[in-house]
Amino acid sequence: MPSRKIILTFPQALLDKPIVYKLIKDYNLIFNILQAKITPDEEGIMILEIKGASRDYNAGISYLKNLGVDIKPLDQKIIWNEEKCTHCGLCVDICPIQALSFKRPEMKIEFDKRKCIACELCLRTCPVKAIEKASV
Amino acid sequence: MKTIAEINKKIKQGKAVVVNAEEIIDIVEQKGSKKAAEEIDVVTTATFAPMCSSGAFLNLKQPKPKIKIQKAWFNDIELYAGLAAADLYLGAAQLPEGDPLNKIYPGEFRYGGGHLIEDLVAGKEVTLRAIGYGTDCYPRRELNQKVKLKDFNDAILVSPRNCSQNYNAAVNLSSRTLYTYMGILKPNLGNIAYCSAGQLSPLLNDPFCRTIGIGTRIFLGGGVGYISGAGTQSKQNVKRRKGVPLSQAITLRVSGDLKQMNKEWLRGASFCGYGATLIVGIGLPIPILDEKVIKSTAIKDRDICTQVIDYSRDYPYGEEKSLGEVNYEELKSGSVVIGDKKVPSVSLSSYYKAKEIANILKSWIEDGKFFLAEAVEKI
Repeated sequence: MPSRKIILTFPQALLDKPIVYKLIKDYNLIFNILQAKITPDEEGIMILEIKGASRDYNAGISYLKNLGVDIKPLDQKIIWNEEKCTHCGLCVDICPIQALSFKRPEMKIEFDKRKCIACELCLRTCPVKAIEKASV
Repeated sequence: MKTIAEINKKIKQGKAVVVNAEEIIDIVEQKGSKKAAEEIDVVTTATFAPMCSSGAFLNLKQPKPKIKIQKAWFNDIELYAGLAAADLYLGAAQLPEGDPLNKIYPGEFRYGGGHLIEDLVAGKEVTLRAIGYGTDCYPRRELNQKVKLKDFNDAILVSPRNCSQNYNAAVNLSSRTLYTYMGILKPNLGNIAYCSAGQLSPLLNDPFCRTIGIGTRIFLGGGVGYISGAGTQSKQNVKRRKGVPLSQAITLRVSGDLKQMNKEWLRGASFCGYGATLIVGIGLPIPILDEKVIKSTAIKDRDICTQVIDYSRDYPYGEEKSLGEVNYEELKSGSVVIGDKKVPSVSLSSYYKAKEIANILKSWIEDGKFFLAEAVEKI
């Protein structure tokens, strides 16, 4: 079953709707909440890893879009700026899922954005701010 | 067997054979040290790591009327002005006025003296504010202007202590996360942080400083600098194995013309919960005078050991004791075993960038742009 990581941005009007519940019940999707920031009177942001058959996934995404939820793939959220990176290696163990890792024996940092779950732990670790959060 | 003058002659003729401190390992293994010492003229070493003792002396072109600067700030970062009228000192770890520091723990320290040095070298404009109390010879009391590095008569990068020959590997035995100058240390021996280029590191390739001394010409921050002596906290008298120190030992004091340097090799850095600093690139050529010198440059990561130190209690309270010994091959592999625990490693010093510096220095020498300097004094 393919797994996809997406960022959902909810307009304020949708904050009290049981959207995630619908995704499970009506669209048969399995999901893992990687991050959720929902504050009253503002918009909400939720990062989900969704697993499910492509047909169910597409139907679920259409449902969300029709409601006015903005959807973007997660791999645009964290940007690793290779030009700025000094390849020191402070981030490699901080990243919980090894999206940032050393290519050996060169000891060069590599970033696999498909693995990234946007936990943002690397942001405070990087001494030269080579890892940035994009406003998606 | 060879003298520095002879090597310089070969450099001038474009005939010098130069390799980096990683390449020399296989060469000595394959050819043997005797033959390799005959063929190789220079081995280049390097390091690219935070060097908190760095700073810059700046001499401002006097405005009209002139000022004897009493206090000065660049982008709200205070410079030391207790020098002659227009001399200023900017420290890499200096933080701006009003910085929240660790009030919201751990602090971010997004911009400090190191970042300012990087900005100046990049040719960026900074805001200078200075005050003076006014004298007969220096009547001006205030100065507000935008300045660039080129607006200074002179700018000198100085560092009284860097290039440490070996360094502690840091761990955290407590149950809370620590934010240190060695990076973020996870609780309960959750990771180990180290800071050395190991087999590429300058002072580990000439552990007794047989070829390195006062006056040695080096790559410094992308320009040319010189060793001006042993660094502060430099220690010769430490435990060694096959000549290689098992803990921090010798350090270097260096300086160079900031105006020649390059922002690629002088980078402002922020350590979460700790402060700001400057990452400095240093490259050091080792003249292969004899077989003994080449043998020391053929050192491998696995033959360089360091001590594991607890940064939750022992380091901060000055009671450092070794929790064990690890070598740089293990550290670079991604994890080490301490007791019966596999501990992931993180690094502060960039091996990748150090190798780039060693290769730049190699090409400077090969192209006849960089000559070796005879040390005028031992360190």
